[in-house]
Amino acid sequence: MAGRIIIDTERCKGCGLCVTVCPKNSIVISKHSNKTGYFPAQSAPSVVVGAKNTECTACCLCAIICPDVAIEVHRDNTTIVDKPGKKTKPNLVEEKT
Amino acid sequence: METVFKRTPTLKDSITHYCPGCGHGIAHRLIAEVIDELGIRGRTIGIAPVGCAVLAYDYLDVDMIEVAHGRAPAVATGMKRTNPDKIIFSYQGDGDLASIGAAEILHAAHRGEQITVIFINNAVYGMTGGQMAPTTMIGQVTATSQKGRTAAGQGYPLQVCELLAVLPGAIYIERCSLSSPAQIRKTKKAIKHAFELQLNGTQGLSLVEVLSPCPTYWRMTPAKSMEWIDNEMTKVFPLGRLKDVTCAT
Amino acid sequence: MCGNEALAEAAIVAGCDAYFGYPITPQNEIPAYMSRRMPEEGRVFVQSESELAAINMVFGASATGKRAMTSSSSPGISLMQEGISYLAGAQLPAVIVNVMRGGPGLGNIAPSQSDYFQATRGGGHGDYRTIVLGPSTVQELVDCMPLAFDLADQYRMPVMVLADGILGQMMEPIVLEKKTRRKLPSKDWALTGANGREQNIIRSLWLPEGALEQLNYKLQAKYKQIEKNEVLCEQYEVDDAEIVVVAYGVAARIVRSAVDKARAEGIKAGWLRPITLWPFPTEQVSKAAEDFKIFLTVEMSCGQMLEDVKLAVAGKVPVLFHGRPGGGVLTVDEILGKIRQLTIPVKSHPRKG
Repeated sequence: MAGRIIIDTERCKGCGLCVTVCPKNSIVISKHSNKTGYFPAQSAPSVVVGAKNTECTACCLCAIICPDVAIEVHRDNTTIVDKPGKKTKPNLVEEKT
Repeated sequence: METVFKRTPTLKDSITHYCPGCGHGIAHRLIAEVIDELGIRGRTIGIAPVGCAVLAYDYLDVDMIEVAHGRAPAVATGMKRTNPDKIIFSYQGDGDLASIGAAEILHAAHRGEQITVIFINNAVYGMTGGQMAPTTMIGQVTATSQKGRTAAGQGYPLQVCELLAVLPGAIYIERCSLSSPAQIRKTKKAIKHAFELQLNGTQGLSLVEVLSPCPTYWRMTPAKSMEWIDNEMTKVFPLGRLKDVTCAT
Repeated sequence: MCGNEALAEAAIVAGCDAYFGYPITPQNEIPAYMSRRMPEEGRVFVQSESELAAINMVFGASATGKRAMTSSSSPGISLMQEGISYLAGAQLPAVIVNVMRGGPGLGNIAPSQSDYFQATRGGGHGDYRTIVLGPSTVQELVDCMPLAFDLADQYRMPVMVLADGILGQMMEPIVLEKKTRRKLPSKDWALTGANGREQNIIRSLWLPEGALEQLNYKLQAKYKQIEKNEVLCEQYEVDDAEIVVVAYGVAARIVRSAVDKARAEGIKAGWLRPITLWPFPTEQVSKAAEDFKIFLTVEMSCGQMLEDVKLAVAGKVPVLFHGRPGGGVLTVDEILGKIRQLTIPVKSHPRKG
């Protein structure tokens, strides 16, 4: 698990844009509405049945497109991603923000 | 765990009043990030338009002013001329800038005012209920073009960038979009470049037009709106850098 | 120095940081003069694309704490009304000079006083007032400039100086001295960049429930204070007068000559000249109407200040009117004729027992 996103479910308005851009399809719209009545997005890598590898890679695409800046992205630099032996170099994903 | 993406200080913590999937929220974030990266929060004054973004001062933590509909470029002129050391930017919608404020933006560019204009083009009047704007597309249904805009009846979509790019006073004109993370990154680069031009004192007006989704009044889902920008809007409003005096385009 | 240039220099001496204007007769000398002098002083001059843009440039400069002014003539001032309402709502100081000309519509370029209603009642939207000064000599016009800037800064609102074509064009010797100014509040509300402080917001939109109502009450309280403290008025031989002629600005000068002549003929005439048109000298006029007199209001219009006089007199005594609209200039004789006609000895006054 190279990355993890935290979605502020009270801030999220359930627009679904993050769902469309996540390359790993690891974001879904929650079944439970938040206080204001929106159905917020939630990170659920394992939930998506049949997907090959839905692990978040901290690519930040979801956070970039989120109109409400409701997503915070964290990256764990120590783990190895995908095929063994292919080490994720910390600066693999060049600094975007 | 290293944090690689979080809210930048100049973007206030308040939840915005914008509709789900609205582009204003993204544009606000880009501006806030650029202000923080350039470290100019203490010398920046922002101008909020009349439109959905009239409450921009609730989201951007810089000195802000809210002005009459369309008059931001004139107000910016008054501010910049008397405070050359401050960074003045105006944030305007298509109704604000291209319709009622067309004379103001034209003359601010014509005079080469040293200000930065962020022009959000979402092809409708949002705050007032989705009326037709000068940038509404042909055939687009709005509250005031209910059978779709026709060229014969309501003229053609107004291409502001092309209009202003011919003015010598306009030194940097670029049109970007918020339709995808890649486009959003380009938009941020453009906004940053516009601010930098003002920061290092280049004489002249810089304007960044941002094609922005308005799911509510386009009557589409946020995702569809993004596609509509790519497939339809960019046909009439081609993306790209129309003018940049600081480098050969 | 002609009136227009004199008031421009007076504004510079009063510390005007920025002038924004647009050409319109009969005040063209102001932008012309400012375009030369302001750069000399290292200050800002911009000729805007319209009066509407000019007032909004004033709005911007004023919001950053600078002293800003604009000038125009009647039709141009009409274009500024939205901006003036915003200045009142956002509580921003500004000085606006209206060198009045014949109206309505394109009118003509002759002097007139037919913008009194627009100035004192407010031509923009919403419950707001602007302080309105009505000088009658070039020296007084010059004195009005520092006063206008001080009042604007002290009460954080737009102040209008009503001159007219005559005053703007005529030449009179003037004395320009740096008057000791009143103590003015600091402008910590100004937009100077949130450097080490909370952001400042200048706004006039108040959506939350009751917020705008509270703002209006705040404005009204300010206006009450102004009405109490800032009234300026001049009067001459009113106490024993049988007839009091009320006039302001250039009309008041013509009235002054007529009253002098009437006095020479033994007619007990006096005059009363409001200098602040808003706040209107209601008390002075009302006091003058305590014992029986005839009031004659004289204006270069169809009668606008007339209504304020009537309000102040409140029916105690008759209030009559004589005026010349559309750029017509009053003559001493015609006013003298009117005074004579109104003071033909009447056997017994209905009220006096």
